[in-house]
Amino acid sequence: MIEMLKGSLILVGAIFMFLAALGLVRLPDLLTRMHATTKAATLGASLIMLAVALHFGEVAVVARALGVILFIMMTAPVAAHVIGRAGYFVGSRLWHGTVKDELRPNYDPLTHELKSGLETEANAVHQPRENDPK
Amino acid sequence: MSIVILASLVLMTLALCLAFVRLYLGPSLPDRVVALELFSSMIVGIIGVVAIATDVPSLLDVAIVMALMAFMAAIGFARFLERGGPRDD
Repeated sequence: MIEMLKGSLILVGAIFMFLAALGLVRLPDLLTRMHATTKAATLGASLIMLAVALHFGEVAVVARALGVILFIMMTAPVAAHVIGRAGYFVGSRLWHGTVKDELRPNYDPLTHELKSGLETEANAVHQPRENDPK
Repeated sequence: MSIVILASLVLMTLALCLAFVRLYLGPSLPDRVVALELFSSMIVGIIGVVAIATDVPSLLDVAIVMALMAFMAAIGFARFLERGGPRDD
């Protein structure tokens, strides 16, 4: 029973990783590629780590495997966000079929300023701070 | 069991080859960074499978270090891209 569960976890994890690599090659632009790699590869690595935890069944190994899963699940979105942000700043092109780009009307690539939609006259007045240069 | 391990290792090797294709083609630097990210998580998976195949639980420490290094590398690359990388457009 455990053997079968373990085997299917390993196989499904490997298949998800293969799908992630397939998406990385086949999808058209940076953001869709990141969509494939972050989700599918994280799920694949987590499933394989679950299989490792099932296989050994000792406290130390299970704790380490769960630690790896937790770490991957916590860092993958952060890394994806940072890379996607850097990609947008560097100017990588979106796919021509992209329906909506919410940043384009609000973001100035030269000054790195992002409009929030709350730009009124009152808000535009400069509020002096302590460490402003005189 | 061994056929499952063999099949999953073959699948993940094929996936590594596909990621290498993207690393070679990748039109811009962020695409290559994404490919490197995928490498690291696939290597974590491969280390897990090898740990099962050889019954050596210490290999998990290598997987932990691999995940940590990949995260650091992604942050560093993104920092480099934002601060001083070349523009594409």
